[in-house]
Parts: sequence; structure tokens; C-alpha cells
Amino acid sequence: MKIILGNSHPQSLFAQRIEALSRQKLFACYQCGKCSSGCPMAESMDLLPNRVIREAQLNNEPALMSCRAVWFCSSCFACAVRCPKGIDIARIMEAVRTLQMMDGKSITEKPSCEDNGTLPQIALISHFRKFNM
Amino acid sequence: MSEGFRVAYFPGCTLKTDARDFESSALAVARALGIEVAELSRWNCCGTVYSLDAVNLMPRLASVHNLIRAEEEGFSEIMTLCSMCYNTLKQTNNLFTSKNNGLAAINDFLCLKPGYSGRVKIYHFLEFLREKIRPEQVKNLVVSPLDGVAVAPYYGCLLLRPKEIAIDDPEKPEILTPILSALGAKVIDFPLNNECCGAYQTAMHQEAVVRRTYRIINSAQSEGADMIAVSCPLCHYNLSALQGLVRSTHPGLKAMPILYFTEVMARAMGLDYRTGVRVIPQDVAAAEARLRPSPNDPGREAVK
Repeated sequence: MKIILGNSHPQSLFAQRIEALSRQKLFACYQCGKCSSGCPMAESMDLLPNRVIREAQLNNEPALMSCRAVWFCSSCFACAVRCPKGIDIARIMEAVRTLQMMDGKSITEKPSCEDNGTLPQIALISHFRKFNM
Repeated sequence: MSEGFRVAYFPGCTLKTDARDFESSALAVARALGIEVAELSRWNCCGTVYSLDAVNLMPRLASVHNLIRAEEEGFSEIMTLCSMCYNTLKQTNNLFTSKNNGLAAINDFLCLKPGYSGRVKIYHFLEFLREKIRPEQVKNLVVSPLDGVAVAPYYGCLLLRPKEIAIDDPEKPEILTPILSALGAKVIDFPLNNECCGAYQTAMHQEAVVRRTYRIINSAQSEGADMIAVSCPLCHYNLSALQGLVRSTHPGLKAMPILYFTEVMARAMGLDYRTGVRVIPQDVAAAEARLRPSPNDPGREAVK
């Protein structure tokens, strides 16, 4: 089967939404995997960062709307400074997370502050700002 | 003492609570170096994280308010200690200096007249030290040299990435090296010194952060570090408070003291800075034995 990639394709609506939210060029990615190899959270992710981009290129909405990987990204930008194509992958992760939250798939886990009163507020505030709408 | 400098200081939430020793040690060091630090008379949370959403302006307004206040008070520069505040304020400020046209949109949104100009410069204390203070000035103030104590500077992500806000080379940071060397320390370069500690994931995915903590401490320890120096309260928390959990799965890992870089400086300079506020209990006996304690330390007599 021939697969056509591109953001002008009429069936790539989901990819277009990600591009609009992240202002990143999804289709510049040639899957070198450098983002995934340097990602400190990769071992906790169900889809590796390069795979998230690949599924977005393929307009695979179900895969991305159910992936947990975006909730593990801590926006450290290691991927962004290393990407040979200048893609800020952290922004794509945030776009997918935003789309999941807009779809009501917000996180259900509460922060562990109730049993851990020692968490600094810097952790709590950033957690609430990143993972809630 | 050098010629005096005056700089506006943005503390941020954690410097006033969990990281009190970071603030007090930095202020003591600045005073000793002849830097006058003026805290902004009004400030609010920086927002802690810079929103990566290209469309929604709301998460950026907290930072913008602080920049406006600095400008109202007549400051052209703001210095921060917390890496997170630095990152968020600087990235927000870049909206006003780049071609993104964030300036007009945000000023319109806030109904501000004349609005924020985008001219305030954001500095991290480390940049300030690099640009305005020579390592010899630090060296001249040292009263208890660290005499070869192996200190591993840990930079994390927020001072180095994204590229536009980096205070040093994102892949090979060494901004702390001249300062630590001036204190007499042996500076340890370790491969994970610019890798993320897991940051705010500590509130939700603690187990993932514990794995990061183990990797980072183990890497520094393998290179022979006696202690790790940090500049971010969140790195400090993740690397120190989670060590107990790390050792429950990796009992072989030795306790690694985590100090703010300003604490290391203050101790070598013999400055009294300890506030005793919400200090994370750490197994620092090994470090204490090597670092001479600060004058108000109750253990001072015993050590003598």
C-alpha cells in the first residue's frame, strides 16, 4: 500500500492540529532516533519520542490520543537541542498532551503530596501547570 | 573588595520556603563580593514552567507581570538564583525580543499602556558571577579552602536548554569550574551533569524520578565525587530527598551530599548563612568531615 506523508494531505487533519499547536514541522523528521536515544525519560515511555512523531506523520490519532509517553516528558529539551532537523520535540509532546486534555483525557493520578508533605512548591505548581488545563 | 554593583533580584516561591539556605548563602556571597542585591519590592510566581503551547497566552502572563514590575522600579536587569525562574522568565522575555510578535499580542491582552518594552535582561547568578566577578576575587575571600574536596557540578536542564537561553554550552557546561577551582575544590566532570533529574515528574511519577536520581548520583560517584553542587531547588529536592528511596533498591550506593553551589562558596568563605528552615535531612557526615563547618554550626566545637 502506498502511504503519502504530508501536512497538505486532506486526511492528515490530526497532524495539522499538532503542527498548529506546536508550530513545529512534523514532516521534517527523518526518524534518526537521536531524540529517543538521549531522552532521560525514554525508559518510562510506551512510545519513544521519535515514534510519537512518526505516528503523528501517519496521522495515527488513536495511537497518540491514548499514549502515556507524553505524560512522562519533563520538557528538558535534550531532544530539541540535539535534533539535526531543528524540531522542538518537547513542543510536539506538549501539543499531544494538550489534545489529550482537551479530549477529557486529563491525568487521573493525583500528585503524591498528600502522603509527602515535603514536596517543594516548585514541584507542585509546575506539575499542576503542565498536567492540568 | 571590588567596585560595587547593584542588581535587582527575583527570588521566586521556593527560595522563600524550601530553599532558604540557597537564598541566604547567595546573598552572603554576593555581599562579600561587593554586589548589592535589591529584591524586587513586588513580585509573583514566575509560572514555574514555560508553556510550549503556541496558541495560549495565559500561562505566560505571570512572568510578564514580573518583568513589568522590574521595569516600573527602574531596573534594566533581573538576577535569579532558581534555575526554573531563570528559564521561565528568560523564555518569556524572548517572546518580546524575537520575531514572534508576542509583544503586541500580550500587551494588547493585558490592556497595558504603554506596555512592557521587552528590554529587561534576565541573568542567572552564575552568569552574573562570570561576567562581573573574576575568580581571583573569589579566591581572595576564601578562608577555608576546600583542599581537593571533589565537587561535581550538576547543571540539569533549565540553565542550558533550550539553546536560546543557555548560559553555557548545553552539551559541555563548565560555568561552575572556575568558581569551584577558586575555592580549592577538585572539580569533577561527569557525563550526566546536563541530564534532566525528572523535575516536576516527582509529584506524579516518583518511581521514574528515583531511577534518574540513581543514575545521576551513581555517575558522579563513579567519577569520584564527594558531593554534588546544584543551582535548582527542584534538582536539590530530587537528588537529596529521594536518596532514601534510591538506596532501598540500590543499597550499595553511598550517601551523596547535595549542596547549592552558593552553600559551597559560603562555607569556603567562612560565611554564616544557615537558616535551619525546612532543611532536607541528608547523610552529610562524609562531606562535613571534609568541608569545614560554617561558624554557626553546632558541630564546630566537636570537629575541632
